[in-house]
Amino acid sequence: MALTIAKPTSAVFAAGVAALFGAFFGIFVGTATGSTLLGLVGGAAVIFALSWAAATFLRGQEKAARWGFIVLFTAGGFLFSGVPGLVLGLIFGTFFGWLTFYVASGRYRTGLPPYSTPRQVLWHFAFRTIAGLILVFLITPILVVMPLSFNAEDFFTFTPEMLSFDPEGYSLKHYRDFFTNSDWQGALWNSVRIAPVATILAVGFGTLAAIGLSQPHVPFRQAIMAILISPMIVPLIISAAGMYFFYSRIGLQGTYLGVVLAHAALGIPFVIITVTATLVGFDNSLTRAAANMGADPVTTFFRVQMPLILPGVISGGLFAFITSFDEVVVVLFVGSAGQKTLPWQMFIGLREQISPTILAVATILVIISIGLLTTVELLRRRSERLRGMSPS
Amino acid sequence: MSDTTQNGPMLAADGTPLKRSLARALRRQKMRALMLISPLLIFVLVTFIAPIADMLFRSVENQMVSETLPTTTQVLGEWDHSAGEPPAEPVYEALYYDLFIAAEAKEHTKLGTRLNYEYTGVSSLFRSTGRGLDDLGDDYLDELEEVDDRWGEGAFWYDLMTGTGSTDEDLVAAHAKRLEQLTGDKLSGDVGFAPSTEIAALLPKTTAAYADFAVYTALVDGDVVAEEDPWESVYVGLMTDLQTADVASYSGPEAEALQTAAEAAQGIEYIPLKTFFAEEDEDWLNVDIWATVQTYSSKYTSGYFLNAVDLQLTPDGIEARPENQQIYIMLFKRTMFMSLAITFSCIALGYPVAWLLANLPASKANLLMILVLLPFWTSLLVRTSAWKVMLQQQGVINDVLVWLGLVDDAARLVMINNQFGTIVAMTHILLPFMILPLYSVMQGIPPSYLRAAKSLGATNWTAFWRVYFPQSVPGIGAGSILVFILAIGYYITPEIVGGTTGTFISNRIAYHISSSLNWGLGAALGAILLAVVLLLYWAYDKIVGIDNVKLG
Repeated sequence: MALTIAKPTSAVFAAGVAALFGAFFGIFVGTATGSTLLGLVGGAAVIFALSWAAATFLRGQEKAARWGFIVLFTAGGFLFSGVPGLVLGLIFGTFFGWLTFYVASGRYRTGLPPYSTPRQVLWHFAFRTIAGLILVFLITPILVVMPLSFNAEDFFTFTPEMLSFDPEGYSLKHYRDFFTNSDWQGALWNSVRIAPVATILAVGFGTLAAIGLSQPHVPFRQAIMAILISPMIVPLIISAAGMYFFYSRIGLQGTYLGVVLAHAALGIPFVIITVTATLVGFDNSLTRAAANMGADPVTTFFRVQMPLILPGVISGGLFAFITSFDEVVVVLFVGSAGQKTLPWQMFIGLREQISPTILAVATILVIISIGLLTTVELLRRRSERLRGMSPS
Repeated sequence: MSDTTQNGPMLAADGTPLKRSLARALRRQKMRALMLISPLLIFVLVTFIAPIADMLFRSVENQMVSETLPTTTQVLGEWDHSAGEPPAEPVYEALYYDLFIAAEAKEHTKLGTRLNYEYTGVSSLFRSTGRGLDDLGDDYLDELEEVDDRWGEGAFWYDLMTGTGSTDEDLVAAHAKRLEQLTGDKLSGDVGFAPSTEIAALLPKTTAAYADFAVYTALVDGDVVAEEDPWESVYVGLMTDLQTADVASYSGPEAEALQTAAEAAQGIEYIPLKTFFAEEDEDWLNVDIWATVQTYSSKYTSGYFLNAVDLQLTPDGIEARPENQQIYIMLFKRTMFMSLAITFSCIALGYPVAWLLANLPASKANLLMILVLLPFWTSLLVRTSAWKVMLQQQGVINDVLVWLGLVDDAARLVMINNQFGTIVAMTHILLPFMILPLYSVMQGIPPSYLRAAKSLGATNWTAFWRVYFPQSVPGIGAGSILVFILAIGYYITPEIVGGTTGTFISNRIAYHISSSLNWGLGAALGAILLAVVLLLYWAYDKIVGIDNVKLG
């Protein structure tokens, strides 16, 4: 709904806006080179001059002017401080070239109603900046961990070598440590041994129960649902305490079976929720049709119902898997040294002898999460397509 | 399908009335649904609900005192602590035998630890007295052996106690049952001993002590009773019995030896057990300790719950704990306060993001949604470790601040191991749980309402505050309860970044379970936390509905 027609603004206005940003980034460049104040003033002045010139003389040739910005900044950065300068210059050049013409051409107003006052426009962008900062807050911890895991030193902060993109500053030694250290390998092996079994248990029982719960007449449906969902609601520390007491009574505490059962119980609510959600749109006439054509209930289930709800079952299984794979509180109490899982090892590492190997493990786990997230999303879309809903 | 007859009910194809046929079909359907659900239901009941029930049970369970000192607590029942006098001799006598077998089974220190939660110093009292119990019996044995060497022999004792005539099997069975209660193990097997009714009537205390010995020897140690030398408590029992018993008329096996011993006993100095305990430790005359034992001798107690709210159950009723031990109310308050702070930060940060996501075109919103979902899907420990790395004094944030000159290198900010660290890290971890419900509610608010308000002359603020905000309140409510429920029971993050001032009640529960081993108190704290969470969850169900729980 581009109701607003872009009206070119004055060169001074565009240059002024750009100069504000120039001053802001100037602070960082200035601090890096010695004087914060000089950076602030210099950044503002340089950007103002360049933007004004571009908006005044090159208004017609936007593309060329923006390339000019990029070349100018990249070259300047490279001459100034080598490779890091080149990267920063590339970013700054692209940004300021875009900003100058975004403001100068008046395109910034296109998303807003034509009658917006300048204050409303300012608020619009200020709001987006705030929301953007919050999103940065959400993502930063993960982004910080990834590069730090390649740190050549045993520090938890960026070394000067890393900041100057010196290959010396980076290494894979923390990854090497993860793959050679017997503690970490033992923990990984335990996680790999526990999570799939817990998942199979949760999915097996959970899918059957979800089908049962989706029948039209289920006595005590609310109560049963509340019981089955409860492992998700009860705080983990309470589940862990209860399981510790009870499992030590029946001799399961500190055994592999105990941990698997506990993790399966924690994963069940996720399976129930995803599979019942898939079954909501399930057309029961399909099973009747299958029965009508002579299929017995088992065949109907595996040939008709199962393929249709499979995406839900798999994504429920993935949730159950990640629950077990990430779980630390319950395994701390129910498990013993023989069941030390990856999160447990990380927890020990964080509480006692903090080692940077944790960051390498964290990075690997983030990559696994991204893979799982993508899988679940694709499955959800497939499920909705199969059930004739439009993917949203 | 059905036949309609002129008069009479409608019939199904097989001739049964349609109503009944329908009911049967319905019942079959219900049964099938239940059959499908039952495996999981049983699984969850066993692996999850039973543990929770066990925890709730442990928060009131208090069988240790009455199981370890069954006779003592029974005799002590009539004692009145308000008189200010320590109990009379029978109580000390009962205590001696109870404590003796408990010490043999190494259960007395556990009881000491248990009572120490209620009265400081009891633990060492039990431990030291447990070591001195043998001495009294040893002294008596030395004196008796001077009269007749055989008093120290197992076979002699066995003959004496077995006697002739009818035997009292029930007595041994009762002692075996008591031992089972004490050790908590299921004991099986044949004791191979039963006292004669005659000797049991003549020497009741000796018989009781010997029965304890016999049961323990046969069932726990797995030895033959006749071959083992009796416990020292048996001699104490014999000496006590000989003070009053008339053994002259006894004619069973070893009657002569018994009569000689009875004569000799006149010359042996008999030490009443009250005196013995008082010599072992002055504290045994302490009325408060006895009152504590009496107060906690019931099978169930509210003591743990009272402890969990900084009260204590004393013989005089419920009292506040000493000032320096009052920590739980403070911890509950802190947990509440910090959870609220986290919830409010989540609202403040989540609202703008949810608004932006709901008002952007779908393609852009989906892209930004990834930024919200990625942390949601990332391992909790990864995010916690990230915050530990960032907030440290030598961490990324402090480094940047120092580099910018905003903070002096010598005065780096302390952002971890305190409340600030916990609130920041947990806000980050729980923020997606606020954004997702807010987003789904905001998606349902037509943007035209806001435009309508503006076209009617409302300012931006009025339009938002009077028109948009009220419609987004359900989302805030759902998100807040969700975040609050999750925050209140968090354990890992406060444990790692909370230090001492930023920990929650859950950290204390974990401490009691794994370090201080005061399981009852841990269970009581857990039960209170569980009640709060269930209450909140009930509210969540009323506002949002369980079925609306969505993932991702």
